[in-house]
Amino acid sequence: MIDEEDIDLLLNDLFDLYGYDFTRYSRASLKRRIVRLCSLDKFPSFAELRYRVRSDPQYLKRFVEEVTVNVTEMFRDPAFYKSVREEVLPVLGTKPFIRIWHAGCSTGEEVYSMAILLKEANLLRRSLLYATDLNPSVLEKVRKGIFPLALMKQYSESYIASGGTHDFSSYYTAQYGQAKFDNELSEKIIISTHNLVSDSSFNEFDLILCRNVLIYFDKDLQDRVLNLFDASLGTLGYLALGTKETLKFSAVHNKFKQLNREKIWKKIM
Amino acid sequence: MIGGSAGSLEVLFRLLPLLRPDLPFPVALVLHRRNSSDSSLAELLGSKTLNPTQEVEDKEPITPGTIYLAPADYHLLIEQDRTFSLDYSEKINFSRPSIDVSFESAAEIYGPGLVGILLSGANEDGTGGLMAVKRAGGRAVVQNPDTAQMPFMPHYALTHLAIDHVFDTIQMAAFINSLV
Repeated sequence: MIDEEDIDLLLNDLFDLYGYDFTRYSRASLKRRIVRLCSLDKFPSFAELRYRVRSDPQYLKRFVEEVTVNVTEMFRDPAFYKSVREEVLPVLGTKPFIRIWHAGCSTGEEVYSMAILLKEANLLRRSLLYATDLNPSVLEKVRKGIFPLALMKQYSESYIASGGTHDFSSYYTAQYGQAKFDNELSEKIIISTHNLVSDSSFNEFDLILCRNVLIYFDKDLQDRVLNLFDASLGTLGYLALGTKETLKFSAVHNKFKQLNREKIWKKIM
Repeated sequence: MIGGSAGSLEVLFRLLPLLRPDLPFPVALVLHRRNSSDSSLAELLGSKTLNPTQEVEDKEPITPGTIYLAPADYHLLIEQDRTFSLDYSEKINFSRPSIDVSFESAAEIYGPGLVGILLSGANEDGTGGLMAVKRAGGRAVVQNPDTAQMPFMPHYALTHLAIDHVFDTIQMAAFINSLV
């Protein structure tokens, strides 16, 4: 049994020794991840886990990877992507240049989904997709653009449900059980580590996507991040969140107007 | 907190109309559903009861008298400040939402005040969660497997821990209505 004080001690270590601040993550989820890791790596007690994290920077890497959730998929929630295709991209298309930020992009499946949408709207050439995450090892996967071939059938179905009319397999090359997505897509993706907890705004964007990231943050941290997004969006820029995330409980909600049933907001002031 | 899988919707359709309209506590439903963000289930369930019924959004405050439905494809957790939080991490027992995850999380927050109810279903999810509920001093209730369309889930719980009550739908409604 791990109690709250144990978690607090560990989180203090992580901040003091490595600068990672998890103190304002959603505690219920974070604790579950830590308990899970403790049993996964067969630590006899919480104290051993804490010692290992303190003394072994290599293990820290694993800790951060396992405690943060990196589950994602291409064209997740096809109705969302359909709405981006039909209602957001036509507006962005009136701009000479389009900047999109995927904040907390994990392994990048959603970034490649967006790159495909842009290509199909003939906007990819004048777009840049900024993909950021706090975790350097997932960003390496974004750079490579290689995902398991076994998932392509499901992704292809979601792609079609999102309004895609091309042959999905034309976007990747299959080899050794992997699907390598075209360089034409990946060369428009700029990768950088960025920690939503502590880092600040670094550009002005037309569209920010941060889907199923805020659910891991407590309300105060959500407010910080939403302020950061607000400061990073140009006038009439768009903000897209996960299907069960909302601006409703946040301080910035009156600066945004929800577009439709999907979780896409337009910055109105 | 009520967990259910295959065959549990029919139970809820009969149970919800029997609940009194002014429940002095919140109810959370954690149901295995097909992967979809279709929110019409909350409306359908809501049409069976006078208690306000809604699908949970992240960081939503938990209000007594409200029936909450865990959204499809997210784990449902509860924070110290009595708000819900959602989690899109790996499936547990092949399920997201997992009943175990929600029971365990609720047990930490509500302790002896929690009643965990497990309905019809065809997998093992929920049993580990009910154990956590009991460890925290709460009560564990299962649907009588003889009345369940899929008896496996309540039966599995019955064979793995000491269950406080085994109820059919009518008894379950009376029990919930008697809670304060």
